[in-house]
Amino acid sequence: MNREKVKSPVLRMVGITKRFPGVVANDSINLELYPGEVLALLGENGAGKSTLMNVLAGLYDPDEGEIFIRGKRVEIRNPQDSMHHGIGMIHQEFALVGNMTVAENMILGLRDIPFVPSMSEVKEQIKKLSKRYNLKVNSDTLIQNMSVGEQQRVEILKLVYRGASILILDEPTAVLTPEEARDLNRIIMTMLDEGKSAIFITHKMDEVIQFSHRVQILRKGKSEAVCNTKDVTQRDLAKLMVGREVLFRMEKKAFHPGSVRVKLEHVNGEDETGRQFLRDISFEIRAGEILGIAGVAGNGQQKLAGVLTGLFSVSSGRIEIDGKDMTNKQPIQMIRTGISYIPADRGRMGIVGDMSVAHNLAMKKYREEPLSKKGILHPKRILSFAKQMISFFNISTPEPSTYVKFLSGGNIQKTILAREIDACRGILVAVYPSRGLDVGATEAIRKQILEQREKGSAIILVSEELDELMAVADTIAVMSEGEIMGVVDAQTTDIEELGMMMAGVRRRSS
Amino acid sequence: MRIGLAKRETRSQKISALVPIISFLVSLILGGIVLAFSKANPLNTYIYMFRGAFGSWMAFSETLVKAIPLMLTGLGVSLAFRIRFWNIGAEGQYVWGAIGTAWIMLYWQFLPVQMLLPLGLLVGMAAGAIWAGIPAVMKAVWKVDETLTTLMLNYVAILFAEYLYYGPWRDPKGYGFPGSEPFPREAWLPRFLGRAHWGLFIAIVIAIILFFFLARTKWGLEIQMIGKNPNAARSLGVNIKWGIILVLLLSGALSGLAGGIEVAAIAHRLQKGIISGYGYTAIIIAWMSQLNPIAALFVAILMAGLLVGGDQLQMMIGLPAAMGLVIQGLLLFPLLAGTIFTEYKIRIKKT
Amino acid sequence: MQLLTTLLLVTIRAGTSLLYATLGEVYTERSGILNLGVEGMMMMGALTAFAVVYRTGNLLFGVLAAMLVGGCMALLHAFLSVSMRANQVVSGLSLTLFGTGFASFLGQRLGPAGNSFNLTGLTGERFPIIKIPFLGDIPVLSAFLQQDILTYLLYIIVPLAWFYLYRTRDGLSLRSVGENPRTAAAVGINVTKIRYIYTVFGGMLVGLGGSHLTLAYTPGWSENITGGRGWIVIALVIFSGWNPARAVFGAILFGGINAVQYRLQAAGTVIPASFLNMAPYLLTVIVLAAMTIVSRKKKTSFSSPSALGTSFSIEDK
Repeated sequence: MNREKVKSPVLRMVGITKRFPGVVANDSINLELYPGEVLALLGENGAGKSTLMNVLAGLYDPDEGEIFIRGKRVEIRNPQDSMHHGIGMIHQEFALVGNMTVAENMILGLRDIPFVPSMSEVKEQIKKLSKRYNLKVNSDTLIQNMSVGEQQRVEILKLVYRGASILILDEPTAVLTPEEARDLNRIIMTMLDEGKSAIFITHKMDEVIQFSHRVQILRKGKSEAVCNTKDVTQRDLAKLMVGREVLFRMEKKAFHPGSVRVKLEHVNGEDETGRQFLRDISFEIRAGEILGIAGVAGNGQQKLAGVLTGLFSVSSGRIEIDGKDMTNKQPIQMIRTGISYIPADRGRMGIVGDMSVAHNLAMKKYREEPLSKKGILHPKRILSFAKQMISFFNISTPEPSTYVKFLSGGNIQKTILAREIDACRGILVAVYPSRGLDVGATEAIRKQILEQREKGSAIILVSEELDELMAVADTIAVMSEGEIMGVVDAQTTDIEELGMMMAGVRRRSS
Repeated sequence: MRIGLAKRETRSQKISALVPIISFLVSLILGGIVLAFSKANPLNTYIYMFRGAFGSWMAFSETLVKAIPLMLTGLGVSLAFRIRFWNIGAEGQYVWGAIGTAWIMLYWQFLPVQMLLPLGLLVGMAAGAIWAGIPAVMKAVWKVDETLTTLMLNYVAILFAEYLYYGPWRDPKGYGFPGSEPFPREAWLPRFLGRAHWGLFIAIVIAIILFFFLARTKWGLEIQMIGKNPNAARSLGVNIKWGIILVLLLSGALSGLAGGIEVAAIAHRLQKGIISGYGYTAIIIAWMSQLNPIAALFVAILMAGLLVGGDQLQMMIGLPAAMGLVIQGLLLFPLLAGTIFTEYKIRIKKT
Repeated sequence: MQLLTTLLLVTIRAGTSLLYATLGEVYTERSGILNLGVEGMMMMGALTAFAVVYRTGNLLFGVLAAMLVGGCMALLHAFLSVSMRANQVVSGLSLTLFGTGFASFLGQRLGPAGNSFNLTGLTGERFPIIKIPFLGDIPVLSAFLQQDILTYLLYIIVPLAWFYLYRTRDGLSLRSVGENPRTAAAVGINVTKIRYIYTVFGGMLVGLGGSHLTLAYTPGWSENITGGRGWIVIALVIFSGWNPARAVFGAILFGGINAVQYRLQAAGTVIPASFLNMAPYLLTVIVLAAMTIVSRKKKTSFSSPSALGTSFSIEDK
């Protein structure tokens, strides 16, 4: 990766400021991008990276600042303008219409195509470009029938189809196995050889080191530093990102597991369309043990959590909680056995946004004393209960009566955590608990989970961050396509081994 | 300069309370414009309407007569709306309530006459409940969209009632006006002021119970949860299927009660005039009262006033009675437009 | 054969207003907006057309006025649903409540003094049946070729509507807005503009459908002339799978039921009229339930636009 600094940058953002109610997302940021390089935009969640790139992509209007492309000042008012200047962005949630084909998605939104477009020409072009960059994309497939990795390649194809020379990728490897991430890197490199440039947004320091030439760190809306990647270490990056020394290893007490609390035997699950989302799943979790579930999102992890909480039913197999058969029971029954659940999709599954923080905190215990008696609620007791939890878990909210949807992401997660941990009677199911949270909130959550482990809870932790699993979990099971590829000891495993299993290679029992 | 909307940081309670009042005033203004175009003096018209609805005890009693079924159907519809179940079938549930009550009144006369009224109302409630239960079960079990099913069942109910009072239940001494035989006198629901009857107190008591039920019981909490986020409610152990069915049974029962009371107190038979449009006005009441049971009582009186006042217009100045319906129809538009300001405020951006 | 031809003829006549309105609502819903105001818009369209034609004698003005009224009502719904983020179900219902009430009001106000200002019972100009020579004599085929001009226009409009939606660039944009507005916005499509345009356009077609009732089918005005057709239209949109071509089948089916109902009633069957009249409504419920249950098993081509009934704004993440 030896690129000399070419004379002038292909992109310059100068003094970009963007404000939202209550927060300055971007504060006078300068950014430069040179041809043929990959710039990593690093920062915690909430640092302003996505906002800055959305300004570039024409989705937000900056309150102040200017943008220069190849030395010329440009106005970017909408995605059309952005595309016109050769900028293309791939968001974390792909801009693809599921029930349309690749070809249809390719031309969606293009202005300069004929009123009745010639689909055969489009498909020709797709074939050409797909070959050039080794994207392996078929024009007639429906997006909803493609894997996430394939969909990402369609997004890339879309950008080059529209003549993009500056590519922006938002957390591209979040949905890929380590192998797929390397494939992606190769594709990008091919494009760089043609003089294109790329910016990729990330919060993972190891990716910065692996994939970029230069890195720019944002913190709390300001640009903190710009470095050549080969001149920095992960530790340096972490410090710049957070502003203080960051603990890389959590304090974890020794592993003294108790009796088996959760047991799954040959569990299979099928959805309504007949697709199998779980295949022959068997494992045990003992008291005081954290079982980590690794794997690229979408391989059955959430369904597995759902099966333990009564949200999904299994087609065969057995689920045992404390020795009792709890296969295919209703959520309320699982709750009564003491299972707590921290769902991945907080807003949709974890809270009722249009209700108060106090009510949300009470949602696990409202059915019984002291919060209610014979069906009638006790508002005063609910309020004092809420106040206790708010202060103990450090939830930042204007009032207990504020609707919970107005809280920040981190505080919403704390609310869910508070409710679930308070009600936890020894079994905790946590799915992507630190997703989208900044380092401070993430630390707090991991600490809570470890504390529960000390108290003797059996915990299942689904996470997409391998380093989180290796630091927090005792055992790690890797899922791919609904199956467990292997179960390893967290202390002795490494990224290579986990990566292989994530990609579908079964672990050979030694 | 650009005018846009920006999200508020919390919900504004003040605006929430003001919106219905302001939208009523706006709809009066809009109605006034319609009147002006119809070559009628808006101010005079409104004064006539007010007098016709509230100007005398007699007038007020007529307003109450219309208000009582509106209160009950309004409460029923509000309840369903709370779980975001778009129950447009209140009209049909009301008709079935009337049918159920009429059935007892006409064909169970072997019972002691004092039993006919309470039993009749109960059966009316049951009939209304079942009629609402059908689309509820379809939604709960098969996820069939309720908007159309509840609506279609309205037409079926109305046609069935027609069949009954034109056919097997027709009063041979009908004097030409299609309807059933009259109910036994002793079984009528007593009146206290003009034609206004005890149904009023039933409605008020129910509204208070409902208010308490929704705000202070755990089932009320669950109803809120189902309405605002059914996914979260489910993962927190609430049984959504039963929730939908039970709430709708109650909703249908309330509309059924309205129908039963109406025939027991006013018409005293099952007849052509039973189809009244109350089930649709109930939707306006539900939305305007913001699903609050106590507020629904007052909004129902307001709606009834518009209807009665509108009737008066025909007699006094020859304007179509439908004027009352027009104003009712206009009511929701400013309300719908205004609700956004509880969560958003206007932001002026300098470009 | 003669009976079949006659039946088909009446069916097509009855189905015309349904089909226009269905096409309109298909386009509206394809943009993601649910407009339950169809019954009110059809009623107002019917009234407006008749009132204008009675005064001016000009059929074209009548139709255009109906389209204008339908479009304006739809514009209000678009404003409330898109810009004011109002609940689309309630907004549409309000439009129906208002439209039916207002049409009733006007029907008692816009008539001539001699008829107590009422529009009921009057005769105005009507669209004549135009029989196509030669071909119009062949049995069965003649049913299609002995219609009025509004029906004939449908023979062209339906295929055009299908082609526009599925084969053009703009149709693709429209479908994406109803399916995934976030993606559409990301590729530069103006979701707000599209929703406004197609909601208004849909409203215009609904108004046109209403005009056929008073200017050709009945003809003439009477209270409750639409008789719940607007609601059947909403169902037909679902039955057609939001596809203009398939909408034809639904319109024919319900047009046929309509036609058969009157025939049976006139002929005097054992089944009481009331039960016969229940047929379309019960059928709607049953078909709706069946379609829902079946499409849950596998995603079919009858699925609704995924974003139907939701509101959208760029800032929503």
